[in-house]
Amino acid sequence: MPDLSINFAGIKSPNPFWLASAPPTNSGYQVMKAFDAGWGGAVWKTLGVPVVNVSSRYGGVNYRDKRLIGFNNIELISDRPLSDNLREIEEVKKRFPHHAVIASLMVQSRQEWHDIVRDVQNAGSDGIELNFGCPHGMCERGMGSAVGQEPEVLQTIVEWVMEVAKIPVIVKLTPNISDITEPAMAARRGGADAISLINTIQSIVGVDLDLFAPYPIVDGKGSNGGYCGPAVKPIALNMVKNCAQHPEVQLPISGIGGIENWRDAVEHILLGASSVQVCTAAMHFGFGIIREMTSGLEQYMTDKGFHTIYDMVGKALPNVKHWEDLNLKYKVTAAINEEKCIGCQLCYTACEDGAHQAIRLQEGTRVPAIIEENCVGCNLCSLVCPVEQCITMERQDDGTEHLTWKERTEAGTIPTEFNDERAGGRHHWVPEPAAALGKEKDKTLPGKARQYAKVDRAPLETTSATSSE
Amino acid sequence: MAEYKTPTSEPEFHANFAQLKPRMNSTEALYESSRCLFCFDAPCIKACPSGIDVPQFIRQINTGNTTGAALTIYEANYFGNACGKVCPTEVLCEGACVYTEQDMKPIEIGRLQSYATREAIEQNKKLFGPGAPNGRKVAIIGAGPAGVSAACELRSLGYEVDVFEAKGKPSGLTVYGVAPYKITNEEVLAEMAYLEAQFGFRVQYNQPITSRRELEALEESYDAVFLGIGLGLTNPLRLPGEERANCVGAVEFIEQLRQRHHQMPVGRKVIVLGGGNTAMDAASESARLGAEDVILAYRRGKEEMGAYDFEYDLAKGVGVKGLFNVAPLEIVGNGKVEGVKFIRTATLNGEVQLLPGSEFVEPCDMVIKATGQSKQLPFLRLIPGLQIDSKGRIVADERTGQTTNPKYFTSGDARNGGAEVVNAAAEAKATARGIHAFLSAGL
Repeated sequence: MPDLSINFAGIKSPNPFWLASAPPTNSGYQVMKAFDAGWGGAVWKTLGVPVVNVSSRYGGVNYRDKRLIGFNNIELISDRPLSDNLREIEEVKKRFPHHAVIASLMVQSRQEWHDIVRDVQNAGSDGIELNFGCPHGMCERGMGSAVGQEPEVLQTIVEWVMEVAKIPVIVKLTPNISDITEPAMAARRGGADAISLINTIQSIVGVDLDLFAPYPIVDGKGSNGGYCGPAVKPIALNMVKNCAQHPEVQLPISGIGGIENWRDAVEHILLGASSVQVCTAAMHFGFGIIREMTSGLEQYMTDKGFHTIYDMVGKALPNVKHWEDLNLKYKVTAAINEEKCIGCQLCYTACEDGAHQAIRLQEGTRVPAIIEENCVGCNLCSLVCPVEQCITMERQDDGTEHLTWKERTEAGTIPTEFNDERAGGRHHWVPEPAAALGKEKDKTLPGKARQYAKVDRAPLETTSATSSE
Repeated sequence: MAEYKTPTSEPEFHANFAQLKPRMNSTEALYESSRCLFCFDAPCIKACPSGIDVPQFIRQINTGNTTGAALTIYEANYFGNACGKVCPTEVLCEGACVYTEQDMKPIEIGRLQSYATREAIEQNKKLFGPGAPNGRKVAIIGAGPAGVSAACELRSLGYEVDVFEAKGKPSGLTVYGVAPYKITNEEVLAEMAYLEAQFGFRVQYNQPITSRRELEALEESYDAVFLGIGLGLTNPLRLPGEERANCVGAVEFIEQLRQRHHQMPVGRKVIVLGGGNTAMDAASESARLGAEDVILAYRRGKEEMGAYDFEYDLAKGVGVKGLFNVAPLEIVGNGKVEGVKFIRTATLNGEVQLLPGSEFVEPCDMVIKATGQSKQLPFLRLIPGLQIDSKGRIVADERTGQTTNPKYFTSGDARNGGAEVVNAAAEAKATARGIHAFLSAGL
């Protein structure tokens, strides 16, 4: 049985799954319920300066029938009295001494920071997270992401906190910056014990087509919010990797962003995170998702022979390279499994219109065929194919040759002229432009449009009889 | 023991005849439309006799453009809602869905189609209007799927159109012949009213055209005449005892059922003769009307039935029992039907052989003959120069629907011998274009 427990910069937790500082950690009631359900830790909803919230706070991004693949909010930090929060932190810690309770904080002056750090320490918090990430509402008041975007200010505040902190301090970073490692290095210089990332991404999740206003709508108006949910995971993973690989950061990382199941968590961990934080998924599905997360993680670790989380932290990092270090001699091409193919021809139209015209249709069957010599191995067909393992990318080179752009640069064999013979697509076949005209019109103009010319119709009234209701 | 209690009220009738393809709500439509793959050169389009651009309308539903979806459907097929509900989608669009290649559930195309069109009908979305008047007139005989489709298309091309209908309601077999669990009268008629209001053709109900004199009047006043007359009554079996009370034709039985609902009488033990889709319908309907036993008797083996497998499954599902390789010899009884005398058969080289000495009487108190509809030959003979093929079908140009009398055009069952609503709708649209081409040629 693998050991899921962690010691994250001195904060101990029975498993690496923490609730991120957000609405699910707004009260002792919720945190206790989460711990009861199996969560290892919770970062309390940010305590700090007094705020007033609006009504209508969240907006969602749906994809077809899938709800909330993206999510944003314009909610501020905790609007509950500090004393209530402190009392509840104390109560939670009494009941769950071995779970991690981390107090997220956001105030302004040095004195305020000193006071609030002491308060949460006295309440029994296991750690502190500095909210330098909130990209809406608080940043306008000089806090949240306004701090995260100014490494020097960030460092100064971390130094203030470290003057009184007796428990581990995590700095939470904003992704609304061009290079995440700059504030990460500032956190380290300031003496922080760890970093967590990413906070939400400044966003507009949608516009109401009738009210002409962005979601979420507050009395006919809206504002940019903070974006999170499954859609942001790729951005988070890249930033976690950037911090994990940077030689001057060297801090434990709590990975945040789009984590909804064990696979997402493992990805964060393989790229260097040693704890993970979850918010949107808990807001969407409730605390019960933790059972799938711990079970999946345990099974994966058992299958891979990992005894502790630390056996896998950063395990993918050696394989994340700069582009110039990738092997230009590696060659894959697509293969279609005729037994599995259902004949949707999405691969055909994707390659034809969106890639390299390397798939052709065949007489008498709806199963398309790969044109080997045109296939550049881009993966597109395998990505659009709706059938599991139907289109696979098969290795064509024998694996003996290895040559990177960097090596070619050093050897002086890179193309340098616009029409250089050594350029990649120089002798790649492309059809004549005019061959596109009218091609397969009978297939791309489907239905009755194939048979009938359009009729000129008398103009219609623009609205229906009942549309004004 | 009967599967269904005899319905005694309209709600009980509707419960027994619950819709096989119930209307989707917007959530179900969103979920189901999300499954569509948007295939290239989609097989569902090719499987649809009316060539509806299925992936396009499903995508339109998925993006909240339900009105656009309805337009896509109606542009190809004016019986959009009706076809969504009564088409044998299992063997057409849904049967062609690529998901079936992996034994996965196909997209519920029929129900999505009805979802979009019913939204448009109920919200009275104006999608079409008549074309600019071209000064020419077409008479249409029969307001069935062929006649109404031709009327819509001709109106959009600018023709004046008068439809002459023998019965009191439009849509032909859609309202008089389709099983009630496939579509309700109300929704059939709502679609007809929707089309009539948009295209503005005139329908004269209870106006059968039966004489040469009436045809001459049409030939004189109209530039072309469209025959959408469908088929006639059930073919007689020419068996002794056929005239006994409670021995009825399936088409007549279903027509009455569609109008009388729970007031429709049915036997306690019903024998349905035939192996086609109409036989399956009549058998299912008898069971749903509360008949205790329903037997489906067919001359050949089960595998040779003309009915679609899913139609037979449907009948079996409501308790209908099959009796195969039997041929009826006589309807026995005393004034009223008391049974059917059968003889067992064997099929040899495709020919049905009667097995002498195997006669038996299967008792029953009702017989429904689902043995095909007759052709309307006496009427057709009133039209000079009209060629009829050996099966009694009107001969017409495949592309234009023009008959051998150049003034007459035709589509639907009278021409194809009896097919689905969708076939009639598709043919008639093409024929309307044929009429337009013919009448425009001299200009």
